[in-house]
Amino acid sequence: MAVVKMQKIGICGKKEYRQEMLLTLQDLAVMEMNFRDIDDIDDPYLKKTDTKNASLKYDKRAESFDRVLALLAEYAPEKKAGLSFFADKKTVTREDMDRAAEERHKYNKYAEKILDAEKAINDSKGIIQKLNNQKAALGPWESLDVPMDLKGTKKVKLLLGTFPRTISHDEVYALAAKDMPEPAAVDVNVISVSGGQTNVSVMCLRQERSLVEDNLRAGGFARVSSPVAGIPSEVILSIDRDILSEEEKIEEKKKEIGAFADQRDDFRLMSDYYRDRAERYRVLGEIPQSGNAFFLEGWVPYDKAEPLKRLLTERFGAYVEMEETKDTDDEPTILKNNAFSESVEGVLESYGLPKHKKADPTFIMSIFYVIFFGMMFSDAGYGILMFLLSFIVLKKKKSLNEGTKKMFKLFMWCGISTAFWGFMYGGFFGDAIDVVAKTFFGYTGETPILKPLWFEPLKNPMRLLVWCMLFGLIHLFFGLGIKGYEYLKEKDIKGFICDILSWYMFITGLVLMLLPSDLFSSIAGASFDFSGLKAIHTPALIITLAGLLIILFMQERGAKNWVLRVLLGAYDIYGVTGWLSDVLSYSRLLALGLATGVIANVINMMASMMGNSVPGIIIFILVFVLGHTLNFGINALGAYVHTNRLQFVEFFGKFYEGGGRPFKAFKTKHKYIEIKEEM
Amino acid sequence: MSLGMVLALVGAVAATALAGIGSAWGVGLAGQAAAGVVSEDPEQFAKVLILQLLPGTQGIYGLLVTFITLSQIGILGGETITDTHTGLMYLLGCLPIALVGLASAYHQGRTSVASIGIVAKKPDQFGKAMLFPAMVETYAILALLVSILVITNIR
Repeated sequence: MAVVKMQKIGICGKKEYRQEMLLTLQDLAVMEMNFRDIDDIDDPYLKKTDTKNASLKYDKRAESFDRVLALLAEYAPEKKAGLSFFADKKTVTREDMDRAAEERHKYNKYAEKILDAEKAINDSKGIIQKLNNQKAALGPWESLDVPMDLKGTKKVKLLLGTFPRTISHDEVYALAAKDMPEPAAVDVNVISVSGGQTNVSVMCLRQERSLVEDNLRAGGFARVSSPVAGIPSEVILSIDRDILSEEEKIEEKKKEIGAFADQRDDFRLMSDYYRDRAERYRVLGEIPQSGNAFFLEGWVPYDKAEPLKRLLTERFGAYVEMEETKDTDDEPTILKNNAFSESVEGVLESYGLPKHKKADPTFIMSIFYVIFFGMMFSDAGYGILMFLLSFIVLKKKKSLNEGTKKMFKLFMWCGISTAFWGFMYGGFFGDAIDVVAKTFFGYTGETPILKPLWFEPLKNPMRLLVWCMLFGLIHLFFGLGIKGYEYLKEKDIKGFICDILSWYMFITGLVLMLLPSDLFSSIAGASFDFSGLKAIHTPALIITLAGLLIILFMQERGAKNWVLRVLLGAYDIYGVTGWLSDVLSYSRLLALGLATGVIANVINMMASMMGNSVPGIIIFILVFVLGHTLNFGINALGAYVHTNRLQFVEFFGKFYEGGGRPFKAFKTKHKYIEIKEEM
Repeated sequence: MSLGMVLALVGAVAATALAGIGSAWGVGLAGQAAAGVVSEDPEQFAKVLILQLLPGTQGIYGLLVTFITLSQIGILGGETITDTHTGLMYLLGCLPIALVGLASAYHQGRTSVASIGIVAKKPDQFGKAMLFPAMVETYAILALLVSILVITNIR
């Protein structure tokens, strides 16, 4: 349980090695780079190189390989088996990576080809879209048997056009032949009626053309604005041929892309290769360089500093300097804990990491976290299920990222604790054992068959409530204790006595006085007998008063004015109500524990309603599986949220500040692969 | 059926009905916000789903109290109520989770909406965002506790 000690180091290296050295540092991932503004360095020989373009270029390359992979996934899907919920990264060796990097130009060509093919596909899709539009526009004219751009013959004029309404042949004729002697030399053909529009062809003599056209226009007629060349039905046929050929082109290009499916793994490598390279160039752009040398500055875990120094000196002839840490330095935080406790580091991180010189509460937190989670979830069946699920995920998915792995480890421990509390309370999928025995095996003996190791919460909730509060008090005392530890570490004995010990005395005394009182025994019922504690009533009173007086006079040591000091002290004593509400808050351990058990019982009862018959058994299995899945989900969520809350609000409220900055190493940020380092 | 029995049933039904209304309301509010976030950033799905579900617990607490009551008043077990007084006591015992469940689930839903906003802007602050709705739930838990204590101690 500790915050790892950090060492600030400065590196001066020869410029010719800068690429190799950055590559090494990136692979080791032990150093956080500390960049300074070039103006702050104030040295005429040092300059920063602009590498934005290079890093941007490589980012683009990485993205183009990502795109290539997405295309491959679309046109030549990979066969996947089993758990694909968490993306697994492929493990490769450094040699694989180097070999692929050697041939990067080849892969870049491939990528270009694939992306060109994609462009061609998109172009073809665009053309098809356009052709379809043309086809749709021609549709209404399909039965016209002359070319649409036909102007007419020597004597006769052909007018093609549309009325924006439904109109019959005779109406059109009447419209066209207006003011003309009967029988007018007008021939009308209604080609089609669709979507509230009427498409017509009208033939008339050339000399009467303007009259007819004016007549028609008055009736809402509009000529076809851009007639196609040729007979519509033939044009449509040729459009269909074009569409078919474009579709063939698309299929061809898809096959072309699909042919690269075997190179998928190499493309993954290349994507990550360029991602690393872009990252290196980003760093390169931030470091000050002179004509022959470059300078790096940053944080390294203390125990890694010496080996790193040796490595850089030997391999690259660099000069490495260990620098003193100043108080103003913004030191990054890494936590180091045992295999069990590190599983809650993620939870701590989501609240905020501890600052340097502050205590790391992970160890104590991890113990209470697992216990409290178990008490709230509290079902042996659910616990075993949770343990198995987490265990399988951890076994199957080797290359989960660090944070996810820790989370599953935490769930695994919480599963064990849940199973433990389940047996303590006598819950295994609620009362499933009893229900099954009674419904399907005609069991009539005494229940429950699975006896609780401790007691059944629903039978005596008051008793469990008192226990929950006791656990809470212990939890809070540990929190206060960590603050006391920080005081002692800084050799602030006075502070320890006034701020920590005083509260221990005050609260412990109060509890000891309260326990044997009539008030308490009437609350707790007959399950507790603390009357023996009556004997120590006087010492308890003395402890309480002593604690009270220390708080009253000493807690606000900073205040010079004694009147003010005592008044503020009195206000601090009012803080005991905070303790009361904090302790009461642990009643959620009981409430959520009951919720899991009772809802599970309800599900079992509903499942067994159809009795012992074939449909009964089918219904039982269905309701049982569905119901318990639901209950598992909602109560696991509840337990998780409220365990976090007990840690963050009640426990951390007593001592913890957070505000530490997480250590961000300069490292590879791989999306697809993981490099196995060979030492 | 005695008046007492009716009163007890009214209480039992109210516990699930009112707390359930609150939860449906709260989860609904939070769900709209969550869907909005996912439409912009699908990766936040798991986080906003957890936040959406937080106001759902009150309905479960209501169901819990209903079940305990039913198993004591002769519907799913226990003895039938014959006098009005006992029935009234059950009704009163159900009230805390019914009323507090309704109000707290609604307000927890609104707090969840705000917390989903945090996740949308700063996904790494999920731990803190989760805490705000959990604070509201405290009162539903206290009400649940009182309801359980009353009902299990009436007879």
